[in-house]
Amino acid sequence: MIPDLGKYADSVLSSYAASFILLAMLVFLTIRRGRKARHALEAIERKKKSDG
Amino acid sequence: MKALLRRDLALALRAGGGFGLGLAFFLIVTVLVPFGVGPQSELLSRIAPGILWLGALLACLLSLDRLLALDWEDGTLDLLATSPLPLEAALLVKALAHWITTGLPLVLAAPLLGVLLNLPASGYLWLVVSLALGTPALSVIGTFGAALTVGVKRGGLLMSLLVLPLYVPTLIFGAEVARRGATGMATETPLLMLAGITLGVIALMPFASAAALRVNLR
Amino acid sequence: MSVTDQKPIPKRPSSFWSYANPVKFLAFSERVMPALWWLAGICLLVGLVWGFFFTPDDFRQGSTVKIIYLHVPSALMAINAWFMMLVASLIWIIRRHHVSALAAKAAAPVGVVMTVIALVTGAIWGQPMWGTWWAWDPRLTSFLILFLFYLGYIALWEAIEDPDTAADLTSVLCLVGSVFAVLSRYAVNFWNQGLHQGASLSLDKEENVADVFYFPLLVAIAGFVLLFLVLVLYRTGTEIRLRRTRALMAREART
Repeated sequence: MIPDLGKYADSVLSSYAASFILLAMLVFLTIRRGRKARHALEAIERKKKSDG
Repeated sequence: MKALLRRDLALALRAGGGFGLGLAFFLIVTVLVPFGVGPQSELLSRIAPGILWLGALLACLLSLDRLLALDWEDGTLDLLATSPLPLEAALLVKALAHWITTGLPLVLAAPLLGVLLNLPASGYLWLVVSLALGTPALSVIGTFGAALTVGVKRGGLLMSLLVLPLYVPTLIFGAEVARRGATGMATETPLLMLAGITLGVIALMPFASAAALRVNLR
Repeated sequence: MSVTDQKPIPKRPSSFWSYANPVKFLAFSERVMPALWWLAGICLLVGLVWGFFFTPDDFRQGSTVKIIYLHVPSALMAINAWFMMLVASLIWIIRRHHVSALAAKAAAPVGVVMTVIALVTGAIWGQPMWGTWWAWDPRLTSFLILFLFYLGYIALWEAIEDPDTAADLTSVLCLVGSVFAVLSRYAVNFWNQGLHQGASLSLDKEENVADVFYFPLLVAIAGFVLLFLVLVLYRTGTEIRLRRTRALMAREART
């Protein structure tokens, strides 16, 4: 399945792996932070509403 | 303006930090380098211009956080901001005072330290010229960094992080002049670039510094 | 609040500036983001799979040419992210739109990651090609300097508590930093001219790239651009929410 990369297989694969890990980390952290912020805001707004 | 300059110089002299600390730091860096890279004299003489430039740059950096911090704490900066003197001019004067107390002694001390590092005889003139031309830029850029971080508690490290990348062009051209001078090559091009950077920075940077300081004084 | 805030907000909803309203911005970004996530994912997938599995090896570089599909787009985005921050900072300084300042803040970490990807893939590519992980090639060096600028910018955001002060100071830093980044680029070129002719080996110049490599590369670039867009939109929304939360909490603490 993986094409024949010849003697440079390590370089190619490791650069793809490194990039994917970095991108995945970025997306993951972005979304986690976004979720947290959203929940915090919703919580405080609900509280505000219930307080009147 | 003159009064402000006199006041800053007097303060620096009385506190004793200005001249002494920067110079001592410069000396120590220069002494430590041979311990790090080994005592071969031809190696040292090859890297001497770069080391001396780096040492001068770091010594400049070291004294930057005192540049505005003291005046910030006792409220002098608020007075300066409301005085008829434009803040841009006041900051330029402060940069000048910093240069006289830090940059100028470094320029004068550099040839002596060049002896320690086995700097080739042809290099001394260009080392002094390049430092004399380049250190004002370091002071002015440093004032900008100080103005940015003056409101931050313990902002010294942050300021280094902000200022050092801004020092890159000055360092490159300055060290290039010194290096070419030491090896007997033509120095006109980097010298012109260095002078251009210094003049441009002196002309424009105070506006950025004043803008940053005004934000911090708000 | 400064005078510029009092500018009459255009009534036409079609104006670009109407998105300076955080509520409107959030509504808009919520609407377009799902599509953008999908588009970005598809473009990345197509571009990278196409590049990885269905392009031939270069006769000189062998299979390492496949790294180009990561290296060039990330390098491109590393620079464009800074450029976007510069534009956003200018908008903040001139028109005082908070969303703009927050967008600049949101873009910086994305730019850092792009820079790191460009540096890492460059190093991995350089190892077999130039026989070294790192060479003080002007282009590499400029990217390293760009990385330092990003670090300083983010550190300044983190260090200052008052959000408006932080926005102002980082904007000034971004403007000054841009000038110095360009200066450094030329200085570095001058500093190491002729020592390392790395660029002639590189396929960065698009006219040198044969069509087989060019089209998947274009798709990959589109994927990176879209990913950057959607990440910045999402992160800007996060920053808006965080600030609103803080404002509400402060109001509550006062009562």
